[in-house]
Amino acid sequence: MYSFDPTEEQQMLVDAVNKYAVNDLRPAAREAEENNDLPKKLVSKGWELGLLQASIPESYGGFGERSAVTGALALEEMAFGDLAGTLAVTTPSLFATPILLAGSEEQKKTYLPKIVAGDWSPYTAALIEYAFDFDPNDLKTTATLQGENYILNGEKAFVPFARGAESILVYANLDGQSQAFIVGKEAGGLSVSDEREKLMSLNALPMYRVRLENVKVPVANRLGGAAGHDFEIILASMRIANAATAVGVANAAFEYSMNYAKEREAFGVKIAQKQAIAFMLAEMRTEIEAIRLLTWEAAWKLDQGREDASNEAYLASTGAADMAMMVTDRAVQILGGHGYIREHPVEMWMRNGRGFAMFTGLAIV
Amino acid sequence: MPIEFEAPKPITNAQFVLKTVAEEMMRPKSRYFDEHEHEIPWDYIEFMHSAMKAMGGSSLAPKENGNGKDAEKEKRPPIGYQLIAAQLEALSWGDVGMYHCLPGGGLGAAAVHSAGTADQRVKFLSRFNGDKPTFAAMCITEAGAGSDNSAIRTRAVLDEKTNEWVINGEKIFVTGGDKSFTEYEKLGRGFIVVWASIDPSAKRAGMRAFVVEGGTKGVEVVKLEKKMGIRVSDTAAISLVDARVPFENILGSPTVEKNMAGFKKAMATFDATRPLVAATGVGVARAALDFLKEKLAENGVKIRYGIPRQKLSSIERDVIDMEIMLKSAWLMVIKATWMADNKKPNALEASMSKVKAGDVCTKITQKVVEILGPLGYSREFLAEKWMRDAKITDIYEGTGQINRLVVARQILGYSGAELR
Repeated sequence: MYSFDPTEEQQMLVDAVNKYAVNDLRPAAREAEENNDLPKKLVSKGWELGLLQASIPESYGGFGERSAVTGALALEEMAFGDLAGTLAVTTPSLFATPILLAGSEEQKKTYLPKIVAGDWSPYTAALIEYAFDFDPNDLKTTATLQGENYILNGEKAFVPFARGAESILVYANLDGQSQAFIVGKEAGGLSVSDEREKLMSLNALPMYRVRLENVKVPVANRLGGAAGHDFEIILASMRIANAATAVGVANAAFEYSMNYAKEREAFGVKIAQKQAIAFMLAEMRTEIEAIRLLTWEAAWKLDQGREDASNEAYLASTGAADMAMMVTDRAVQILGGHGYIREHPVEMWMRNGRGFAMFTGLAIV
Repeated sequence: MPIEFEAPKPITNAQFVLKTVAEEMMRPKSRYFDEHEHEIPWDYIEFMHSAMKAMGGSSLAPKENGNGKDAEKEKRPPIGYQLIAAQLEALSWGDVGMYHCLPGGGLGAAAVHSAGTADQRVKFLSRFNGDKPTFAAMCITEAGAGSDNSAIRTRAVLDEKTNEWVINGEKIFVTGGDKSFTEYEKLGRGFIVVWASIDPSAKRAGMRAFVVEGGTKGVEVVKLEKKMGIRVSDTAAISLVDARVPFENILGSPTVEKNMAGFKKAMATFDATRPLVAATGVGVARAALDFLKEKLAENGVKIRYGIPRQKLSSIERDVIDMEIMLKSAWLMVIKATWMADNKKPNALEASMSKVKAGDVCTKITQKVVEILGPLGYSREFLAEKWMRDAKITDIYEGTGQINRLVVARQILGYSGAELR
């Protein structure tokens, strides 16, 4: 059957996330962006919503079951508040979710209970590399087996909370396959840049370059153990998250510009009463819906273990990047000069908007 | 039910069967009927009629079996509109013009089904399960009234002596008007649903639809249009001069209320039919994209999925973008019809699906012709035909612009007066 109704529990979660997004994240977003700083309390509050905790079974200290659909619903809603805040709150998932999905029993037992037990703690992951044609399936960071260890070499970019992170899940190229390795903060040869990444947006999210010079990783710390793991599901989960957050940001920009257009007067009418504006809004809403459904479908297929889930996730993420750019650009356009001024949030969302073409790896469902 | 994307069995079954129908009965004749406009595809019509009868008959015709069976059916979530959408998509993949030649009542029957009384449904819709294939059509558009159907000038006046409506006016762009009205020996008696005003001073509130039986005196098919595409589907101009129809053939109330309830109810038909027309657009677009991929594969061009856009060739980007458009448009159709099936108000979703599908099918078919170059442009293949066929999807059942207007009014909460 086809059905488009979230379950009651999903709806409750979405409502709770919405409250946090609208009452906490959104009001703090501008100041956080300008000051390059997210208040810790804000992140803790988001963590307490329990998105990650609810996706981990009781046997590993959580209280639920992982669902990509639920994850997509929640991420969209949170990103509706603020993207940087969302990525900060969910950073530990970048480490924990791949372990849940593909880790060895030992890895699950070692890390999951620890991560979900307390307050938000800095566990993160490093996928993105600093190259124009960065391809998650063709990493330049390498892993080579030497005796009992893998030796990692390379440089990672856009790694959230790398400075001070307890452990980083580092993705590297092992014989042509992307594989993840758990690298502890004490590992020799691991260095995190002093300076934060300076990007077009996401100023509030502390991200760093991470260098790996002959970093030794015991075989047991390869994700999934010596046998390794399927990278595809992890990448698909990241792409779905990328698409879901793009929908959230686009929806924020759509709603804001729509409300503005209903207030702003020109030539004696509200500008929303002009077809030039109304049609833009209609198209924005339509494209958001299109990508939202594509994202849900990809997430559902992933949950069902469908073979084409990976490809659907790729399509959703690719489509989301275009859609988010289009929608956020138009939101600025609708506000006109006011849209360009940093008193309104739309310019920030537009800067976010372009990012979804390269943010895969910063969130996971 | 939680969020789910599993196509129900009846839908996958229909898709499977109709793919064969499309390949065997439609595609081989596509070019012939494109080049022989106004010939009627009798073989196809008769085949489809008997096939549909064998499969249980027109879905809009009243069922004859008792209540017991229906009650049992009720337990499962309804999927009627979703199923029709899937059927139309599959048939339009075959040939969107020939889909219009599908007997069973089309938009005319849909209007009776949604705006008529139970008695009217029995009276007018039972015929679609008859021995001969039977058509019905919808007559709204006039030379001076397209999207703005409040400008309709056709008049219906009640002759109280005979208790008949007397209708005068001229309708154009009536899809299937000829097969619905003209009495062909191979066809059952059809009807046309004519929109007319019973009180011009009341503007929209005075608008009503009337069932006009095939062959009614005073009614004449005066012209068959020559079109850019969907040439196998007849598009008629119909004139009505003192055409008399029985009083009970009016759909909706015969009196004019001050409010717009009657008109709004009639317009609600579009909430049901827009996603269905969108589905036909998705079908043509899929035909074109499938064909493109087939030709690319024949020529050794591989589409590499899953890699960054920066590494893709222009053709790969185009194909991937088209897939995104196509898949998401289809999901919007499914969601809009799912809402209709579940009696959720879907005016927004119905119009969004039409906006999207109109965009998607024109863009995809045009892009496919472009990418295929001379192969696309040549009449040796069907790509160029699909591009011509597809364009109508962004025009009829509300142009892309009218649907944008509907979407905008819905999201802004504006009336027609607030957003013109």
